[in-house]
Amino acid sequence: MSFFADPITFISNWLNSLLTNWGVPPGWAQFILFILGAGALSLGAMVFTIFLIWLERKLGGRFQDRIGPNRVGPWGIFQTIADMLKIFTKEYITPWGSDPVLFNLAPVLAMAAVLAVWAVIPLSSTVYGSNIQIGVLYILAVGALGELGVILAGFASNNKYALLGGFRVVAMLISYEVPMALTLLVPVMLTGSMGLNDITSAQRVWFIWQAPVAALVFFIASIAENSRAPFDLIEADSEIVAGFNIEYSGLKFGMFYVADFLHAFTAALIFASVFLGGWRGPGAELYPALGFLYLLIKTAIVYFITISIRFSLPRLRVDQVMAFNWKYLTPLALVSLLVTALVDKSLPAGQGWLRLGGLLLANLVIFVVADRLVSIYHRRKNQERRVVSGPRPIAVTLREKPAEPVEVES
Amino acid sequence: MTGMQIVFLINAAVTVIAGVMMVTVKRLMHAAMWLILTLFGVAVVFGLLEASFFAIVQVVVYIGAIAILLVFAIMLTRDAVDDSFLQNHRWVLTALIGAVALSGLLLAIFTWPQSALFTAPLADAQRDVGEMGLSLLDPQGYLIPFEVSSILLLAALIGAVHVGISRREEER
Repeated sequence: MSFFADPITFISNWLNSLLTNWGVPPGWAQFILFILGAGALSLGAMVFTIFLIWLERKLGGRFQDRIGPNRVGPWGIFQTIADMLKIFTKEYITPWGSDPVLFNLAPVLAMAAVLAVWAVIPLSSTVYGSNIQIGVLYILAVGALGELGVILAGFASNNKYALLGGFRVVAMLISYEVPMALTLLVPVMLTGSMGLNDITSAQRVWFIWQAPVAALVFFIASIAENSRAPFDLIEADSEIVAGFNIEYSGLKFGMFYVADFLHAFTAALIFASVFLGGWRGPGAELYPALGFLYLLIKTAIVYFITISIRFSLPRLRVDQVMAFNWKYLTPLALVSLLVTALVDKSLPAGQGWLRLGGLLLANLVIFVVADRLVSIYHRRKNQERRVVSGPRPIAVTLREKPAEPVEVES
Repeated sequence: MTGMQIVFLINAAVTVIAGVMMVTVKRLMHAAMWLILTLFGVAVVFGLLEASFFAIVQVVVYIGAIAILLVFAIMLTRDAVDDSFLQNHRWVLTALIGAVALSGLLLAIFTWPQSALFTAPLADAQRDVGEMGLSLLDPQGYLIPFEVSSILLLAALIGAVHVGISRREEER
């Protein structure tokens, strides 16, 4: 196998033969290769984040009619490196009355939870961290560790704002895990396996064509899991100062920051692997490096949509976020799961195009029915709404005539 | 000693120490953290037994849901940061019940004739999660326990909804 068709396997085989020639037992050689691979993957993901932060700030600037970073290097591309060097030099402050062990554990957990997802994602037909049977469940389990990091940060900081921020964000994260898990079951049903490798290889036709409703719900839920706008309860300068990470400084804050940006990309990566066929594309099995390129392009498209949503939508209130999840997304995910199971089993097996057409049609019906139901519900709700009282301003400007004092019968 | 045994021994030591720490530390929040470490150790044991599904489900359900719920509940108590006294007041009785339950369980396992089968390595077919799903819904298998536990969970859900709704109406 040549270097250009499959560089990672080439290097790994070369290292393996090198170690074996040195007299390392095969088991240990495998072990060393695993450790090297894990180190390279997580280091690569973290270094890639430097680029991601610049990209997101630049794109965000463009979306909001600004220029974005433009001082350090061409197009400001070294801005993140300058920021990183600055954050290295900052002082670590552990606030008085905080819980030092938990305070320091929280950023580590937040970062590890994001990086651990990369272990199961097939980057090409030959390069993947671990082909465990239950990759989909693993992604959910690892997400739970991230929630733990957030709530620990909120508690250990000994700060009311941090605690409130941690509370409401974790409540949201737990809620959005429900539709996320339900919609992840749809590709699992279509594949018959929970392993991400199997799910990717089964997508001769991308699953987004067979389960568009599930893909949409999963996409929304993954934005919420990342607590990005419009679901950015995690930071609210006007309500809880800076949220759960208010007391963190220096590199500890940097870890939350990096975890946040890497999570956005990782969510796009999961979406591309589960619903957009992952590394699959013309010639990807023959040349795995090409598969990696396909995965990168698909992920970049999903990532771009995520960023455009983040920078163009206003934020939702806490109750709106919760109501949206429990009243719309979760029922939609449940219906999509049931309908997919029924349609998939009632159509004859072996006829790929018939199944695809049936599932697509069923999903369109779900879309139309859900849309009608929501508009009927909102029309009724608007009819019930009546004006209880007029505006009662607390402060009036001096130029206007002050409000007439209300006469009170005594 | 193989690598697996070393990993098992380290994991067992961590799990047991974390379990002991959980019931002896004075801060409730730290007790919850030690509980999470204990549950994680149990997940690793499942992983070493090649039951990767149970290992991950252990993390999803116990750490992802139950432990976070516990942490929520602890944060709402006044004693969350108070470490001036031991939190479990009736620890002698609890330890006694725990010891009796554990010894009974161990006795039951060691006298069970099928326990010798546990050490045999799994066949490839047995690692398939689909097999487990089929046996859960098989009338010859575990259909009745599965349905009973679902009814229990449904009852808990309905009860929680009832409590929440009736309380809100009282406020009005």
